[in-house]
Amino acid sequence: MSSATTGRTTTSEAGNNRPELIKAVPVRHPGRWVSGVIIVLIAVAVLQSMFTNPNFRWDIVATYIMDTLVVQGVGWTLLLTVLSMVLAIVLAVLLAFMRQSDNPILRWSSWFWVWIFRGTPVYTQLIFWGLISVLYPKIAAGIPAGPELFSFDTKDLINAGVAAVLGLGLNESAYLAEIFRAGLKSVDKGQVEAAEALGMRKSKIMWRIVLPQAMRVIVPPTGNETIGMLKTTSLVLAVPFTLDLTFVTNSLANRTYLPIPLLLVAAIWYLVITSVLMVGQHYIEKYYGKGVDNLSPAPVKAPTLKAPARLQGEDAE
Amino acid sequence: MSVETAEPLVRFEGVHKFFGENHVLRGIDMTVRRGEVSVVIGPSGSGKSTLLRCVNLLETISAGRIYVGDELIGYREVNGRLHDLNVKQIAAQRREIGMVFQKFNLFGHKTALQNVMEAPVQVKGKSKAEAKARALELLDRVGLADRADFYPAQLSGGQQQRVAIARALAMDPELMLFDEPTSALDPELVGDVLNVMKDLAKTGMTMIVVTHEIGFAREVGDTLTFMDAGVVVESGDPREVIANPQHGRTKEFLSKVL
Repeated sequence: MSSATTGRTTTSEAGNNRPELIKAVPVRHPGRWVSGVIIVLIAVAVLQSMFTNPNFRWDIVATYIMDTLVVQGVGWTLLLTVLSMVLAIVLAVLLAFMRQSDNPILRWSSWFWVWIFRGTPVYTQLIFWGLISVLYPKIAAGIPAGPELFSFDTKDLINAGVAAVLGLGLNESAYLAEIFRAGLKSVDKGQVEAAEALGMRKSKIMWRIVLPQAMRVIVPPTGNETIGMLKTTSLVLAVPFTLDLTFVTNSLANRTYLPIPLLLVAAIWYLVITSVLMVGQHYIEKYYGKGVDNLSPAPVKAPTLKAPARLQGEDAE
Repeated sequence: MSVETAEPLVRFEGVHKFFGENHVLRGIDMTVRRGEVSVVIGPSGSGKSTLLRCVNLLETISAGRIYVGDELIGYREVNGRLHDLNVKQIAAQRREIGMVFQKFNLFGHKTALQNVMEAPVQVKGKSKAEAKARALELLDRVGLADRADFYPAQLSGGQQQRVAIARALAMDPELMLFDEPTSALDPELVGDVLNVMKDLAKTGMTMIVVTHEIGFAREVGDTLTFMDAGVVVESGDPREVIANPQHGRTKEFLSKVL
């Protein structure tokens, strides 16, 4: 670059002297100190009130935080979250694939599903699944207008737990389907063309080439949805399902007339589970980020004797 | 057997292509013999990439016929009527044809080695060990044995394109299509890719190369075809065509790129 003004410099002259490194006086940031002090003061005030205000009743929180009913409630809440999300993810992958299908009937049914389940409140859907045995007292499999193969009483097949998972999972699948669709669309068309040119079949291209790369885009909002689901499970009393964390802590609060400490118990548990889920999400993101995130460029190597001479130009750069 | 006397491998017969109202290929007749390096040049929008993409069914033709070997591409002719091939048959035809893209299109979530192994394992059902050995051999052939475990994002454009060539070769195709393989590369990386293609030509691979590299056409090409506005304007021995173009449009184009 300097050659324009000072004439030609050779690498050996320019490259061998280590220059004196710059040690500049940094710009001062008084605003950072002022805002820092204000925030610390507020935090101290809040913390102090939490520990000195007797109405928090931390003793009651301590008593109930590991209460058997509460811990079981945590277990049920987790189970509902996991089962609903698994159901939702399986359905969402299917729905997203259907939406991209060449078959117009599959495309429209996928659209219709999303329209119904996203377009009505999850609370309404949960009540609906709770009442399904009123709507259809018996579920039977058979040939239409022909013999019946087997049948169940609906209330045996769809108990409160199943109804809760169905209600939460089907509703969630509609949202996740859109997230998956966005993920699939984010993968460059060239990836599909390259795979097609190699003679790969559509389903293989989806599972092996497109979906793994779409996951990079799909995982963060899905983590968001999972954490959302954790808290949406508190609506299952609409079914009614009465074993989850919110229902249990609410009924304990009603029994003891101590709503605030029991709300804190519930809040602490939700926060703990959310934190664990966030750790999990971090690792899933890392896995699906391979080939894209946190990559260092390939190390620059001096040309090896093995490399053909004609390739040295590039290997040495 | 010299290329001039070899049997034809690819035949375009009156090929037309419409994108809606846009008539991009207007009756292409062209033959590529076995072992021939057929270089196609032309201004952008001349239809040369579309022509290439029709050979392995990334586009479907609107009229005419394309044959590779004895096989009609994309259709089955029964009693004078054409029937669409099903996905399985299309995939089978594509397996015989390797394609190299302008933008490399390496699978971003797979290492160079995994990129090359993918199709032999998933499409041909080769064992992983066998596919790996062959992939390493191919990576060595394109000068990238020491880059096997790197992801595409860690490789330069020239290296990515050489991996892409190895990936296409791993399927042992009888025909290789190159769609402007050096157009997205920094100038100093072009040479490495062209060298790999030259070596490939020496092995007797049949190649159709859409490119702007006139030097490559002159040095390696057996035929040079100049396309403009969806038709073949002229075609012949590359040295002849470049030194002594017969048509005004060819002259004009060559004067701009040479």
